[in-house]
Amino acid sequence: MRWVRPLVLLAFAAFFFAPLWSLLDFSTKDFLTGGRTGDHWRALVENQEVRDAIVTSLELAVLTVALMLVLLLPTMIWVRLRVPQASRLVEFLCLLPLTVPPLVIVVGINGVYSWVNYFLGGSALTLTFVYVVLVLPFAYRALDASLSSIDVTTLAEAARSLGAGWLTVIARVVAPNVVSGVLSAAFISVALVLGEFTFSSLMHFDTLPVRIVLLGKGDIGASMAASLATLLLTALLLVALSLLDRRRSTRAE
Amino acid sequence: MKGTDVTGLTVELDDLHRHYGDVRALDGLTLHLEPGELVALLGPSGCGKTTALRILAGLDIATSGEVRVGGKDLTRVPANKRDMGMVFQAYSLFPHLTVVDNVAFGLKLRGRGGAERRRRAHEMLELVGLSEHASRYPRQLSGGQQQRVALARALAIEPSVLLLDEPLSALDAKVRVQLRDEIRRIQLDVGTTTLFVTHDQEEALAVADRVGVMSDGRLEQLATPAALYSSPATPFVGAFVGLSNRIPASVSAGTATVLGQPIPVLPGSAADTGVALVRPEAVSVAASESGAATVVAVSFRGPVSQVTVDIEGTLVIAQVASGIALALEPGQRVSVSVDPAPVLVVAD
Repeated sequence: MRWVRPLVLLAFAAFFFAPLWSLLDFSTKDFLTGGRTGDHWRALVENQEVRDAIVTSLELAVLTVALMLVLLLPTMIWVRLRVPQASRLVEFLCLLPLTVPPLVIVVGINGVYSWVNYFLGGSALTLTFVYVVLVLPFAYRALDASLSSIDVTTLAEAARSLGAGWLTVIARVVAPNVVSGVLSAAFISVALVLGEFTFSSLMHFDTLPVRIVLLGKGDIGASMAASLATLLLTALLLVALSLLDRRRSTRAE
Repeated sequence: MKGTDVTGLTVELDDLHRHYGDVRALDGLTLHLEPGELVALLGPSGCGKTTALRILAGLDIATSGEVRVGGKDLTRVPANKRDMGMVFQAYSLFPHLTVVDNVAFGLKLRGRGGAERRRRAHEMLELVGLSEHASRYPRQLSGGQQQRVALARALAIEPSVLLLDEPLSALDAKVRVQLRDEIRRIQLDVGTTTLFVTHDQEEALAVADRVGVMSDGRLEQLATPAALYSSPATPFVGAFVGLSNRIPASVSAGTATVLGQPIPVLPGSAADTGVALVRPEAVSVAASESGAATVVAVSFRGPVSQVTVDIEGTLVIAQVASGIALALEPGQRVSVSVDPAPVLVVAD
């Protein structure tokens, strides 16, 4: 039975790489001659709108991760330490976005966004607020698992007895011990934001997934190139974050 | 290490009450510690000893009552402003910091310079015998080592009071005894007033200047280990501390008749009849064909052994030299006598 494992691995590899290979194949195909061409990739790189959309999506990813962490991490630590009876309520609120279809959220949030646009202007970066709500359930799970793996109460009490105020407890004692959870929450948030289409499209913002769809209507090859580029970009970001986590763990050994 | 200039302060807990709904975790606890003294709070689970310590540490708030240290009222002062070092039952070292950084943590919060922090941290690690582990992380240490580092960290800030919340209960028996003696040595060295909470009476009797026995949120007795053992003030203390035989006794004019012998009674004893709490080592047995008791079992315990005898339906345990005990056999007739030291007689 030694061959079963490699065979399963091979099947999975084929399952994952076949679409990527097809994207690469399509994005380099000259549909007129049937040969190979770099025109689609060139069109992608030279397209200012695509470049802007990539920058917007990356900025959205960074802002979403930052705002999510600023809101969620101290809240979760505070709830664990000071109001544990509220933990079920916070969990419920954080998981709620999973149960509401994006379309319903968009319809509901449009009214709020007229105010957001009024105060902050119509920048695509205002999507950050919706994206924070979108990533909440996944980020909550990652942070919750990390917080459960340490004895938050005892660590906080030890720090308090040594003279630490609550801010010091959160920033210098608890947060450094849940870095792996923070990175996991960041991974998943980046992946979600870079691939999110429904909100940005329905709210008429020009993010990378929206631009890819638009591109597909005119130049299918460039659209394939953009899809592959997005996948590779996301994978690269995730690998970079994962390497960061590994380096941190190794340093702590 | 008296050079650390730590001077013990008085600690006063006055009429502390702590209620959780209908549960009274503390029900009027009053406890005073002398400067530099180590007091152990002993009692069964749920008696309120940890609640008392947490209120002293500022980690819990009393429903009513007062906490004073060195004459200063700390009742409403938050934990981080109380200047107390604490060692917890659970391992509480910060996992992301090395041993030396853990010990220096409190000093850093106090704004001490890097060189001073390092010097003091190494001094404390030397005190607990772990200076060669300074650059390790907590997960690279054994449980006993972690608790020693926690002790060093608590002492590094030169606390006014040291609080030990069952610091040995997660350790195995051998390490527990070693660390127990080490804690006492260090406490005597630095002279910090210390409150040690434990449910292990051997631990309490071995390390403390005085032991406070608690039950149902109240202090039953606060006395030296010897006084607590030989002169229990309440039936609860008599039954909880050490092993006691419960032998029927009648009391008259301050004297109890126990197994036919007159024995003086301790204050607080029952007025007429009851059971006398008699320590096994106060009971002697001797082989005698005409004796009133029968040997039920002999249990070898090293230099001394336990002999269980039946006296008219009452089982009595005697602790005697193994040489005497091993010469006895179950079923053998023996005579039993009780030392004339005062005993506590309680209602049956």
